[in-house]
Amino acid sequence: MNVDGLARKIGERVPDVLVARGEVTAVVERERLLETLAWLRDQPDVALDFLSSVTATHWPDVDPAFWVDYELRSFPHKHRARVKVGLDAGDAHLSSVTPLFPTADWHERETFDFFGIVFDGHPDLTRILLPDDWEGYPLRKDESLGGVPTWFHGATMPPVDERGMA
Amino acid sequence: MGEAPEMTTAPDAAGFRDPATGELRQETMIINMGPQHPSTHGVLRLVLELDGETVIRCKPVIGYLHTGIEKNTEYRTWMQGVTYVTRADYLAPFFNELAYCLGVERLLGVEPPERATLIRILVCELNRITSHLVWLATSGLELGAVSVMLYGFREREVIMEIFEAITGLRMNHAYIRIGGVVMDLPDEGPRKIRSLLDLLPGRIDEYETLLHDNPIWRERNEGVGVLTTERALALGVTGPALRATGIGADLRKDIPYGGYESFDFDVPVRTEGDAYARYVVRLAEMRESLKIARQALERIEEMPGPVMIDDPKVGWPPRLSVGPDGIGNDPEYLRHIMEESMEALIHHFKMVTQGVEVPAGEVFSAVESPRGELGYLIVSDGGHRPYRVKIRDPSFVNLQALPALIEGYLVADTVASVASLDPVLGGVDR
Repeated sequence: MNVDGLARKIGERVPDVLVARGEVTAVVERERLLETLAWLRDQPDVALDFLSSVTATHWPDVDPAFWVDYELRSFPHKHRARVKVGLDAGDAHLSSVTPLFPTADWHERETFDFFGIVFDGHPDLTRILLPDDWEGYPLRKDESLGGVPTWFHGATMPPVDERGMA
Repeated sequence: MGEAPEMTTAPDAAGFRDPATGELRQETMIINMGPQHPSTHGVLRLVLELDGETVIRCKPVIGYLHTGIEKNTEYRTWMQGVTYVTRADYLAPFFNELAYCLGVERLLGVEPPERATLIRILVCELNRITSHLVWLATSGLELGAVSVMLYGFREREVIMEIFEAITGLRMNHAYIRIGGVVMDLPDEGPRKIRSLLDLLPGRIDEYETLLHDNPIWRERNEGVGVLTTERALALGVTGPALRATGIGADLRKDIPYGGYESFDFDVPVRTEGDAYARYVVRLAEMRESLKIARQALERIEEMPGPVMIDDPKVGWPPRLSVGPDGIGNDPEYLRHIMEESMEALIHHFKMVTQGVEVPAGEVFSAVESPRGELGYLIVSDGGHRPYRVKIRDPSFVNLQALPALIEGYLVADTVASVASLDPVLGGVDR
């Protein structure tokens, strides 16, 4: 099935499907995320049975402020597609997809770690790459790069641009 | 001061028996492996719960090598992004560069010249061999086969010298750039690569003679860290670890990218799913990579032409070549911008400070790295810098399957299982 055929097939279930640069993107409401992913996985013509990646992007000045992004791949049909869910800044949580794809465990922990998005029903939603006592969500656009004290379990180093200035 | 604690009676001074019942205690022990254990391929920490010699629970703890590569790319130009992503999985730098550049090129809607495409495939396949050689060398060392370590690094060194001759660097090359590669192969490149391609098959035979039917190697690897197909798929495992469970999934065949569809090669598959199967798959993959590299080299020699796109808005303007000092330069171009053309100087300045402008949109560009599916989600808001670069690193996802590989096995098998998964912590933590 080519990209347009795949988009048509997914469009039977998801109203908001678009094709750009040879990639299929389906936008769903967060309430319908789990049933949509289950359908995409189990529908034999689509069979997006492998979750490659989960991540998010942050757009602080627009609504929705977060887009959570699921990259799917089909082993039987050798095609891929993307599912996106928009979240408001004040209400950044959605269902965990770990019941459908156990691999989402670490992906969702990483997304929580970097963006502070909460995945309801995740078995162990803790920080994964940053220290447990880290404050803030560094991949959000309102967190700057550098200029913050280096933090290492109680010991604090001044920001890079202030070191050795005394 | 309170009373002195009651002393235990002599026969059970170590506390093996429950004081109330006199029964032997049946407790588990939690031990910490890492974060800098020599056999963890980087700074990985494993928290193991042991029942005697058996691992009953394992929790990988990662993040010690987190350097914020994804955040850093948002503050650099598109072109500078290459120099960041190449540092993620440091044993497979070309694959990071390739996946990133293919993604940006798809956003731009441009294609690199064919000679550049072929050179990219050539360096990537040689890189796959070096990566598998490091895996072979380190896992040999971990299981006591020190000579395999020496042989693996010896052959890797030959390829590293070729990389140095081509790119000027041994690692973190930033050689593959948006629109092509930064410079053509050096004059002695094809001859060096050809002699490498003649050398390696015999050397791979040598590893096989040493390991294939070696009773210790088989004992340590066969039936160890068995991963079933269902578990591998559910946990997102890709690459040799997945192909060792019976699924011949390889992005170079399944969803071809960057010109792989025109190459003739096989995808080695085993069905046992154990550490030995992963070893066999990787060794066979090195032979397939040699096959691809040979085809690529033949076609490169028949296909002269530019290696960078002829589009002043995308391509890096100088045509660099590595000088005797090992540094890339283009004296003629320098003379042109410094002495002849003000416009060329302004253009050069704009390319260096702002670089390419990429239309808004998002792409997911995935390549088959030595460890599996390496994907880049690249988002542009139409500016001179990436809005978001997410690296889907195969080591990160494969490592998630580690508990499934070692729970229920002996603690000594943990080392063999970690090695057979071949995680690179630079990629895991990014």
